Parts: sequence; C-alpha cells; structure tokens
Amino acid sequence: MKQTTLMYKLVMATTGLFLCFFLIIHLLGNLQLLSPPAIAREQFNWYSHLLSGNILIKIISYVLYLSIIAHAVYALILTRLNIKAQGSQYVYDKRGQVSSWNSRNMGILGTIILIFLVIHFKDYWYVYKFGHLPLDAKGNKDLYSIVISSFQQGWYVILYELSFIALGLHLLHGFFSASRTLGLYHPKYAKVMRVFGWAYSLLITFGFMLIPLYVYFNFNSQ
Amino acid sequence: MKLYLKVWRQENRASKGDMVSYVVEGISEHMSFLEMLDLLNERLIQKGERVIEFDHDCGEGICGACGMMINGRAHGPLSGTTTCQLHMRSFKDGETVYIEPFRAAAFPVLRDLKIDRSGFDHIIQSGGYISASTGQAPESNSIPIAHETTEAAFDAAACIGCGACVATCKNSSAALFTSAKISHLILLPQGKLEAADRVIKMVSQMDAEGFGHCSNTEACEVECPQEISVLHIGRMNYQYNKALILRK
Repeated sequence: MKQTTLMYKLVMATTGLFLCFFLIIHLLGNLQLLSPPAIAREQFNWYSHLLSGNILIKIISYVLYLSIIAHAVYALILTRLNIKAQGSQYVYDKRGQVSSWNSRNMGILGTIILIFLVIHFKDYWYVYKFGHLPLDAKGNKDLYSIVISSFQQGWYVILYELSFIALGLHLLHGFFSASRTLGLYHPKYAKVMRVFGWAYSLLITFGFMLIPLYVYFNFNSQ
Repeated sequence: MKLYLKVWRQENRASKGDMVSYVVEGISEHMSFLEMLDLLNERLIQKGERVIEFDHDCGEGICGACGMMINGRAHGPLSGTTTCQLHMRSFKDGETVYIEPFRAAAFPVLRDLKIDRSGFDHIIQSGGYISASTGQAPESNSIPIAHETTEAAFDAAACIGCGACVATCKNSSAALFTSAKISHLILLPQGKLEAADRVIKMVSQMDAEGFGHCSNTEACEVECPQEISVLHIGRMNYQYNKALILRK
C-alpha cells in the first residue's frame, strides 16, 4: 500500500505523545533537585544511578532516542512536502489572523527544542555517561554538583528558560494536534483533550522553568 | 465610494503574474464584491483593455464557484461568507484592497483570479460516492435514521467545495474538504458499506493531487463559508486509522 502523509503524521503523533509521557517522568525525577541540598544530593545521584543501571530503563531510553530522531526526521519530510504543496506565495498575506502563532510555527519551535537538546545532552547526558565525575558519599557519580554549578550561571538559566517557553508553545499545539491525528473527533472528548492539553503544557513548562530559577536564586545568595 | 485596488493579473498557467493597480470610483456600498469587479471590468472594456477574469455562478453563496483572497484573507474579512455575499459596505472609502487568486500547487492559476480546482473533483472521483444501485426512491421510513444523524450528515454535506480551506492553510491541505465528504457519507447507512475503502482512496488521492498534510492550525474552519467543523478531520483520521488496522 502506498504511503500517505497521514501515515507520516501518525509517526509524528505517536512519537510526540511518547515524548510527552517521557517529559512527565523527567520532570518528576528533576523535582528532587528542589529538596534541601543535603538530602537532594544523595537522592538525585542515587536516582541517576538507578536510571543508568536498569535494563528496562535502558530499553525505554533507546525508544526515546528513536522517538526524538523519528519525530525530527518526519517533521523535515512533511515540511518539505508542505512547502512543495504551497506553490506560489501570496503577495499580501493576512492568513495569520485566523490561527495561532505557535500552531503555524511548530517547525521553528521544534528546531529551538532540538538545538536545546543537543546542548542538554552534551552538558549532562554525555558528561554522565562518558565523563569522569567525582563520587558522592554513597559512591554514586555526583551529577547533582554539575547541575547546581551550571545553573548558578545566569546565561545558562536564561538559555534553559527560553527553551522551556519554546517547549511549552510546542506542547500546547502538539498535544491536542496528536489527539486529532489519532482520530479523536467526539466533540465532548475533543474539548476535554484541549483542556487537558493546556493543563499538561502549563504544568510541564512551569515545572521545568522552576528548577533553574530555584537553583540560581537559592545557591547564589548563599 | 472610491477604492484603490491591487489585482493579480496573469495571462495564463505558464506566465508569471503580477499585481496591477486600479482606481475605482463610484462604487455603491450595496454592491457585492463581484459587482464591484464587474464595474471595473466594464470600464476596462470601454478602455479596450482585457477584463479581469474570475469565477462566479449562483451569487447566493451556495455554489462555491467564486473565491479569492481579499486583503490577505480567503473570501475577505467576514466570517461564514463567500465572495459573492461580501458587500462593499464592509470596506472603507479610500481603502486599498488587495485581490489575489487562491494559491496552492494543486490549484494552478488559469488566468487572473481564476484557478483550476479539478483536484477536488479527482478526490471525489476516487471514492466520494456510494456504488450501490439505488433504483427508485424507497419508502422514506424503510431505513430508520435519527434526526440528529441526518442533521450531522447534512452539516458535513453543506461543503460547497470553494477551496477557501486550501487557500488559507499554511500547508495547502485539503483535509477539511475531504473529511467533510467522508463524514457526510459515513454518517448514513448507505455510506457505511464502503467506508474503509473510501477513506484510504480519498486520503491517497489528496496526496496525489499535491495537497499538503493537515497540521491542525484550524484556520480552515474559521475561513470556511459553510463553517464546516474541523472535527470532521478528526473523524477522517479515525476512519483512516481504523481502515489501516483492520484491512486484510
């Protein structure tokens, strides 16, 4: 059977929703950074160690890498097809009045998130996996110190906050858009999904935004 | 009233078009937008120039023939309105008005504001019908259909195929048009029979015609003269996914 763009959209929707699910787990894990420093250090390092050792987590992490790559690759394929479908450009274009900015600019927002991910992976994932980290009292790699010291730099906090805003706008459209692609058409549940998508996006965005700000203001004042 | 128009003029499919400026005086606010263009055309004829060509038919907003981008919006500034139902009282005296054809790779410009919408016909031909022989009209109560269902099917069937959804879509997607056609058939008992085959054929034809995919910006619903709901797109996706899973 011939492939259609709707099939590509299904890849976008399923990988996107998996990434949405991952964000919840990631945020819950990161919220440990908000505990008092004495507890947070050992707990966060223990948690990081737990994740890197577990076979189940390993499998999920490969699904995660694959999802990120597929989501980006299919976005590129679809964008290329869409540019082709547009044909000639309007001379005078006010179509922006009838849809939201973020829904029209998912590609730009996604690109910002991808650039952020490269930085994020390089600074934590790569350092944790391949770098030589000091150990904490329990003998776990001390990722906590790396996180705290990086978020004491103002520019780094700003970089993260801006990326989270891009992420939030991306989620705001992406979450409900995925539900539509998967075929949710019942008016009542479409509305429920819209509200749920808003709540989810706000919680994730502000949850992640809180952590760098907390670290910056709490640790720099000491 | 007096308007400054900038109108897209293009000789044929192959040539490169351009915006041309016209000043039109003596416009009545009671004129429809198309009558205003007729007024300009009469003056162009008097001057021996080629008239601005545009599609139109019923003049009642129910045929879908007329359609153009007016000041960057499909069918102009009003909602739920075709170009023929847009009147000059919606514009201010001395205003500059930009008029362009609906643009999409699947809607090539034939001349000026006239476009080739046969891509829509091909989508219908690929599956937008029921192939059962209907014969004589049966006794109306022999197939029970709830009133709400007929109304829902009719809401979808109200699509006039004008192409505003494609024109306003950043991806030039025909998802609203195609999904409205799929919805109006599948809601009724006769249309359910070939549902899986139909949705796969029509969605594939959308791609084959060169329309883009739907990224759910929902601009189409806002610009649709018949206010067709984007939830039909959700239903089309549901039917498509179901067909993908269940097909043998």
